[in-house]
Amino acid sequence: MGLYTYDSTDIPKSERISKLVDDLYAKMPEIESARAVLITESYRQTENEPIIIRRAKAFRHILENIPIVIRDMELIVGSTTVAPRGCQTYPEFSYEWLEAEFDTVETRSADPFYISEKAKAELKKANEYWKGKTTSELATSYMEPETLLAIEHNIFTPGNYFYNGVGHVTVKYDEVLAIGFSGIKEKAQAELAKLSIADGDYQKKSRFLEAVMISCDAVITYARRYAALALEEAEKCSDMNRKKELLVIAQNCANVPEKGATGFYEACQSFWFVQQLLQLESSGHSISPGRFDQYMYPYYKKDLDSKRIDRAFAQELMDCIWVKLNDLNKCRDAVSAEGFAGYSLFQNLIAGGQNEEGVDVTNDLSFMSIQASMHVFLPQPSLSVRVWNGTPHEFLIKAAELTRTGIGLPAYYNDEVIIPSLVSRGLTMEDARDYNIIGCVEPQKAGKTEGWHDAAFFNMCRPLELVFSNGMDKGVQIGPKTGRVEDMKSFEEFYHAYKIQMDYAIKLLVNADNAIDMAHAERCPLPFLSSMVDDCLKRGKTVQEGGAVYNFTGPQGFGVANMADSLYAVKKLVYDEKKITMKELKEALATNYGKGLSSEDVASITSEIAGSMKEAGQAVGEREVAAILKTVVAASEAPEVKAGGERILKLIEEVPKFGNDIPEVDAFARDVAYTYTKPLLQYKNPRGGMFQAGLYPVSANVPLGAQTGATPDGRLAHTPVADGVSPSAGKDVNGPTAAANSVSRLDHYIASNGTLFNQKFHPSALSGRRGLENFVGLVRSYFDQKGSHMQFNVVSRETLLDAQKHPEQYKHLVVRVAGYSALFTTLSKSLQDDIIRRTEQGF
Amino acid sequence: MEDYLKTKGRIFDIQRYSIHDGNGIRTIVFLKGCVLRCRWCCNPESQKYEIETMKVQGEDKVIGRDVTVEEVMETVEKDRTYYRRTGGGLTLSGGESLCQPEFATALLRAASESGISTALESMGCANYQVIEGILPYLDQYLLDIKHMNPAKHKEFTGRSNELMLENAMRIAQSGMTELSIRVPVIPGFNDTPQEIRDIAEYTRKLGNVKRLHLLPYHRLGQDKYEGLKRPYLMGDVEPPANEKMEMLLEIASQASQVECQIGG
Repeated sequence: MGLYTYDSTDIPKSERISKLVDDLYAKMPEIESARAVLITESYRQTENEPIIIRRAKAFRHILENIPIVIRDMELIVGSTTVAPRGCQTYPEFSYEWLEAEFDTVETRSADPFYISEKAKAELKKANEYWKGKTTSELATSYMEPETLLAIEHNIFTPGNYFYNGVGHVTVKYDEVLAIGFSGIKEKAQAELAKLSIADGDYQKKSRFLEAVMISCDAVITYARRYAALALEEAEKCSDMNRKKELLVIAQNCANVPEKGATGFYEACQSFWFVQQLLQLESSGHSISPGRFDQYMYPYYKKDLDSKRIDRAFAQELMDCIWVKLNDLNKCRDAVSAEGFAGYSLFQNLIAGGQNEEGVDVTNDLSFMSIQASMHVFLPQPSLSVRVWNGTPHEFLIKAAELTRTGIGLPAYYNDEVIIPSLVSRGLTMEDARDYNIIGCVEPQKAGKTEGWHDAAFFNMCRPLELVFSNGMDKGVQIGPKTGRVEDMKSFEEFYHAYKIQMDYAIKLLVNADNAIDMAHAERCPLPFLSSMVDDCLKRGKTVQEGGAVYNFTGPQGFGVANMADSLYAVKKLVYDEKKITMKELKEALATNYGKGLSSEDVASITSEIAGSMKEAGQAVGEREVAAILKTVVAASEAPEVKAGGERILKLIEEVPKFGNDIPEVDAFARDVAYTYTKPLLQYKNPRGGMFQAGLYPVSANVPLGAQTGATPDGRLAHTPVADGVSPSAGKDVNGPTAAANSVSRLDHYIASNGTLFNQKFHPSALSGRRGLENFVGLVRSYFDQKGSHMQFNVVSRETLLDAQKHPEQYKHLVVRVAGYSALFTTLSKSLQDDIIRRTEQGF
Repeated sequence: MEDYLKTKGRIFDIQRYSIHDGNGIRTIVFLKGCVLRCRWCCNPESQKYEIETMKVQGEDKVIGRDVTVEEVMETVEKDRTYYRRTGGGLTLSGGESLCQPEFATALLRAASESGISTALESMGCANYQVIEGILPYLDQYLLDIKHMNPAKHKEFTGRSNELMLENAMRIAQSGMTELSIRVPVIPGFNDTPQEIRDIAEYTRKLGNVKRLHLLPYHRLGQDKYEGLKRPYLMGDVEPPANEKMEMLLEIASQASQVECQIGG
């Protein structure tokens, strides 16, 4: 039995919400220059002051001067850009990429942005100041040469924080709602009063606390600007209803976030300023609202009981916030944009779950959070739900109804794994029970954690390539020399070589992350963010300098399924059954199984051969290189190479694969995942915290797969690698329960930075109450077996069309036809067309 | 080891995560061999007991393999967690499972004794003694009734219907299993209001029926006939329109006085 009774009835969507959504998506998003210009102005005026004061003053200068707007019909105000869904830029982190992409950013395929000539000119001028002053430049200088080499060769990519702010945090929204920034300022003042000017750390602490106070004032000023603007617009407004709304807005902004919120509407407005301004202070994404249904509930309950609001109005306010979360935007460099495709800011908001005492606290707002996502039907917030044995059944049914719409929300999280996992990382039981999710899948305790959750993408396939090349890549020695792969006598020897390559690459990854971590602490400490994270005020330092109670660094590995299948295939085919020799396999990989090489591959092989010739003392000139190139091309296209590749691919296809509920293969996969998750645990970050692994890819499995050659699991060069802990696409052929059983056999506790398991369904699998019941049963069953996270792609008509084109990718796709279930790809073309047509009619 | 677990039988498929046949998430074991030859049959590879070869997407596939109850249960066991959460379990389908009475009984018994719920899709075409033998192990009987007219039944399925109708009555009266009646709605065979009403009225007479399902004809099996080099006798017959199914559902509801639905 939970703590609250709840009302789960549906609430209709107001007309206002449709209009707000339409307005938001009317145009391509735009890059604006105001913030870059203002921060540069401020920095120029504060050259000789401590960095923390400079940051606070810059924040104040921005908030006092950046243009503000109230969008038509909105009830919650605060916009970072004049144009809807626009973005500001953050030159203090990096700026070169944007200048380089000025002319292509509007036409690129992933997440294009419009930018005016005026903005380009202003940004160019502002950027001049930042040369040599960015976090990315300082981070580079902190990195070892071999680390930079590994990054250049795509072993891992720490690009996220290398070029941007960190974000990835949930602050104490509850405290802002309760005491406002005037209250936080008083707390800072009280800490300041405790210091003596003769303390050894007085300079550090006092300047930090002053910076917090400046930031609090800046936010209050910003809200007052909105109060004034609302009043001004109210005076001009002829529509009496809107006029009234604007007057309420004016009053709200005059009260919050300066003071504590007196009711639900004020609490919503106060929440929003925090959410918006965190992202204006730094460019980090995944700034996650967390347990909105918990910290907002007291305000909702009080207003509802006193009849100050009704559920419909509360829902409308929440819907407005949901729309606003999509108004925030971020322009990434072209490569990163593909890794984070979809203009996503990953603002994770989670509903349901237990409180600190282990009691279920699912409430009205938990249901209304799901309802809001149904109403706005937009990608933000990244809605999540917490599931445990005590979760009300109706809550999961409501969540399943949202899943059924095909929006890909919510993601489901298992308290039964995440709580003990966090405890094993040093959280108290109370804090662990109160966890929320950051960004994609990363669990932590709000208001106490600097988790650095998305610290890098680590491609587990690349170290295996280095085993085959004895540590060489494109003619350069980038990994340890683990010996000629053809000479390895046993699988153990081969696996050991992989572990050596992994350990080395992981060490470099840590070096890269810590270099970037240092650079953020030195160049971009964040006083506003730190004012809302424990124990920064008491410790007198920012989260970037280790002010948070819990500190982690969580780089994520991906390609677990590829590596499990690859190593298992090597073990079976080369060593156990001796059906192919290592030499044959090496050649098959080098020639992409005879399926053709890209020009880059040819160049890489050529330089490798040239390199080894040089090493052997031979002179290699231009003419020799041209000759090698010709030989490589001819060799890769030879008929015997093609036939050999075919034969090996066929043998590999017959080897059992991860994802089919075969305990032996699954146990193997579990061990392979450890090659990434275990070595990381020994490392520390500069904030005094530990490294912890995640196993999830965001959408980077596609672009980073493009940088990876053929692998021994039969995956062709440059194709995507497996996403998260999911089986490789099309390799799981025994249906969703078998796949879930396999995935649950990985160790989800040790990957305490989160794991990601994706499943696809046709909407028909969730049709009717019975479909929802079975779906919920499936989630519960995976969680019974200690899986950590699940998300669902309820397959649309477009996907069915794609499945027709690429049946090998969709072997497990179940569709329902007239009371009958069948595997889609086994049906004839005409029947498939039939089903697609029905889907179009809304099946 | 109990002897009955060693019982051998012939199956042609095991399908996990089946959500439209019986309660919850289920594992369906398809037994090979059938007494009828329904023209619309969507699993023509199930009809012969003999192991045969069928072309599937251009490649020869052997249909049918001999297995023990124990071997089948190994796969069935894998999804126990899902059964527990959804009330699912094992379903026997075919073919007509009752054509392999010893094997079918042993399978149902093995599941039942290990706490897994059981269901059987069948037309009840066997001596009642066989059915009586399985009832103690059967939670749900999904019984086909295709037509009330013996001559027409024989014309379209190869056999008359007296035995099946009589068995239906005896199963209902036994009260030992949850009985549902399933009617494949086949254009040109049984899709007139009168024909559906007749079946529904018989359902009412049976008493003790949980639900009546109308399963609209579909062409999912068409490719398989080609793969088996057999003619598809249904030709271009179109699946019944939704409106028609709704109309028949209304008739079935009134005449049967039990809960009726379209689809499994």
